[in-house]
Order: sequence, then structure tokens, then C-alpha cells
Amino acid sequence: MKKEIIIAGFGGQGVLSMGKILAYAGLLQGKEVTWMPAYGPEQRGGTANVTVILSDDRISSPILQQFDIAIVLNQPSMDKFEPRVKPGGVLIYDPNGMTREPARKDITIYKVTATETAIAMNAQKTFNMIILGGLLHIAPVVDMEYVMLGLKKSLPERHHHLLAANEMAMKQGATIIEKMN
Amino acid sequence: MEDFKLMKGNEAIAHAAIRCGADGYFGYPITPQSEVMETLMDLKPWETTGMVVLQAESEVAAINMVYGGAGCGKKVMTSSSSPGMSLKQEGISYIACAELPCLIVNVMRGGPGLGTIQPSQADYFQSVKGGGHGDYRLIVLAPSTVQEMADFVGLGFDLAFKYQNPAMILADGIVGQMMEKVVLPPFKPRRTEEEVRQECPWGTTGKLPNRKRNIITSLALEAEVMENINLKLQAKYREIEKNEVRFETHHCEDADYVLVAFGSIARICEKAMEMAREEGYKVGVLRPITLFPFPTNPIKELSKKVKGFLTVEMSAGQMVEDVRLTVNGAVPVEFYGRMGGIVPSAEEILAALKEKLIK
Repeated sequence: MKKEIIIAGFGGQGVLSMGKILAYAGLLQGKEVTWMPAYGPEQRGGTANVTVILSDDRISSPILQQFDIAIVLNQPSMDKFEPRVKPGGVLIYDPNGMTREPARKDITIYKVTATETAIAMNAQKTFNMIILGGLLHIAPVVDMEYVMLGLKKSLPERHHHLLAANEMAMKQGATIIEKMN
Repeated sequence: MEDFKLMKGNEAIAHAAIRCGADGYFGYPITPQSEVMETLMDLKPWETTGMVVLQAESEVAAINMVYGGAGCGKKVMTSSSSPGMSLKQEGISYIACAELPCLIVNVMRGGPGLGTIQPSQADYFQSVKGGGHGDYRLIVLAPSTVQEMADFVGLGFDLAFKYQNPAMILADGIVGQMMEKVVLPPFKPRRTEEEVRQECPWGTTGKLPNRKRNIITSLALEAEVMENINLKLQAKYREIEKNEVRFETHHCEDADYVLVAFGSIARICEKAMEMAREEGYKVGVLRPITLFPFPTNPIKELSKKVKGFLTVEMSAGQMVEDVRLTVNGAVPVEFYGRMGGIVPSAEEILAALKEKLIK
């Protein structure tokens, strides 16, 4: 099985680290993984995105035109990646700051009000983990136990007291994800 | 289970350098390879193995520090990206002439000029055909995975010392910035001073009473002497061509058309190959791993049975010249490329293959 995922949003939303946690989890689960960031000028104050591929077999191209799953966290990312979801694929978005709803009819669309939820939980920095929890609820591309292990690996030790808050955010994400079509 | 790590290609180079017993790294930061020195600074190998890590005042200074270290028989390296590599060319030519081993890493970005920071492969000519002045060659290794970024550090040093010649890892922004799983090479201690003296009797390690002074130079004012130096270099390059060709093929056995590409683009070509095979076209991929020495024989052999080659590069077409020289008109050799930091997609490559060759 192979899953090709794009995560895109503003710099600072935790897009790259969300991808890194997924990649770590995949690695710990014995999968082949690649994590390819857009490291060009777009990451400097603009939009950030990362392609994560999780596969049971050898991965060929790390650069893709089409994705099984797109997670879009701002309007420019929605505009760029909604057309690039494979037919039958999945689009996940956070409506915060969006000016339009996704329009595709041939893909499954999910909404996660992660910004709103993070603020309500008074844990804005766990925003990306709420999204990740939502993703794993509808598409368990990796097992939750490996995600927690992956998180532990990608967080520096001095931040390990935050692991519980992150786990709680993921659980919250799973409860608020909403199918839109 | 093997100990898999998840890291960027640039980080893998830094870890591998320490693990293969490197004595020194000299560099100057430039995107997209700054993580090489950042990782080394973070790992502080001077506290463990004794490896020196130094941010020089410029790329020119860094390559000349490498020249000095290599002259002492030390395992030394530098890394940079395209504009920085241009600055190093004088030093590289001197090191090649003085027949010193060292490792040079180029994580290519779009050019010419200061260019852009996105990936490119437009330094093929510079790396493979010279770059600096004079008739010299580097041993050029082109990694396509993070694993190869790690593995080619040790291999590069081994080949450099075997042939007393600079070796280069010619990577690009994709393989430098991408994270993949990697098994790092086992720790090898740095050589002792005595081991360096034994392995490098030519090194300036201190004059011994029973031998003449070792002099490291690239200057020979008498033309006859200089020609002899050139003849010796050329003989060495022929030896390298005979022994050190490395390449990889995918589905070339029954292929009608073969995509030729190096580095990360070879992986995008693999994806294009998968798509083409799904449509019923018999397509294979040949990936040169060593760019010098170039895999001439395998391409020549394939040219006897395929209908054509498509060379794909992130450049205006550089390696394609070597493919055309090799195939020598036996079958068509077409080219598809993107420039200036744009990465061609598998879809584009497949469309180019159909348009130019399959028709």
C-alpha cells in the first residue's frame, strides 16, 4: 500500500512538523517514507508545504503532481492543491480564514475546525495535532501508537512534558472531523 | 532490526563524515546545503573523534584549507552549492594536479549566476568536464536517496585515497532537503598520525631522515615535466574508467525505450516508467551513479537493442551530450529538461517520451 499526502498552509502552522511526525510514525512501523518540503522562497513568510509518502514498497519519485490526501490550511493552499487530489481521494481543510468552500464532487471532503478548537482548548500550539488526529481518524495511514512514538522522537526532550497535551489534541481532532459531502 | 534514522540528505552527509573517520570539514554556508555544517556544529565531533569543523571566511578559503589538510594526508572535505562551487574551482584544479585525496560535496541549485535556491543539475559540465582550468577529472558520484548521501561519503573518501584524486558528491536540492530513512555507516576511528604516515608516504607529515623532502605543488615550469604530470594524470583517469563505473538499471531487459537520468531525477523517471508500463509501453531507466567515470559500456550495449533513449535532466541538456557520444547515432537520443529550479514531473517526462520517441 502507498499513500501520497500533501500538507500545506502558512509557515508557523506546524505543517512541516506534522509531516515529520507522520514520517517518523511510518518509519517506526517499518514503512518506506519520504518527507519532501518546499524549501524555496515560499517557505519564507508565505505558504509552507510538505509531501509525505508512506509505502510498503520502495518509493520512486519524491516529487508528485497528484495526491491521495491533501490537507490544506489556508486559501492559497486550497487553491493550489484542491485540483491536485486524485479522483476518489480525500481533502481535509480548516475553514478558518478561508474565503470559499472546496468545490470538487469526485473527492471526499472533510472539515476540521482546528483553529477554533485549539483556541477553545487554550492550546493554540497543538493546532497541527488536532488536524493530525482528524486525518488519522478518517484515514489511518499509520497506527496511533507509532504516532505517539514518532512525536516523542521528533520533539526535543525538553518538550516531552507536552506529549500528553498533544495526545489529547489528537483525540479531540478525531471527534470534530466532519464529512462535508 | 537495523537502526533506521529519519533525516535529511544534508544531515546524513554530516553524520557519515564523522562516522567514517574524517579529520576535517571546511565550509561556508549556502542554501540548500547549510544543514551539512549546521549538523556538524551541532554534533561537535571535535569533542569526540577530534574532527575539526570550521566555518571559513569564504568558499575560496575553505577549499584551500582542504588543499592544506589533504597535503598532510588528512581525510578532509568541503561542501557548498552551485555559486559557491564556482568559487572553489581554482582550488579544485590545484588539488587535482597535486594528486591529493579529498571529498567535495555540491548540492546543486538553479543557475547561472546567483540563481535560485531550488534544485538543479546544471553543474554537470562543471563537475564532470573540468570546471577549473586544465585537463583534470574528478571522481563524481551522484546520489538519488538519503541512504546514498550517507554511503557516498565513505565511498568518496575511499576512492579519493585509492586514486589520490578529489572525489565529488554531486547532489541537488531535492536529495539534500528530503528526509528519508537511512542506516548510518558504522563508526570508524580516525587514523592515528602513524597510520596517516603509512597510508600517505607522499604527505607533508614531517620529514624523516631516510627519505627526501615531500613537496606538494601544482607548479612545473618546464613544459616536459608538466606534460609528464599530465600523462600520469591521464593514465590514472583511464584506470578509474576501467575500474570504477557504477550504475543502476530498472526494467531495461525488455525495454524499447530507456530513460537516462541521474540523482533525484532518476527517481522521477522511475515514476514515469511505472506510468508508461501501465499504459503498455516497455520503458526502462538507466541511472549513472558515477558521472565520471561515465557508464559508457552499459549504454552502448543497450543501444544495440532499444529503439531510443530520452535523457532527462534539470538543465538545458548536459549529460545528454555524453549519452549521444556513447550511442554514436545508433538510435535516437532525445532530451527533456527543466531549468532554473523547476523540477520536471513524471507526467511531463512521459508526455515528452511519447512526443519525441514513441510518437
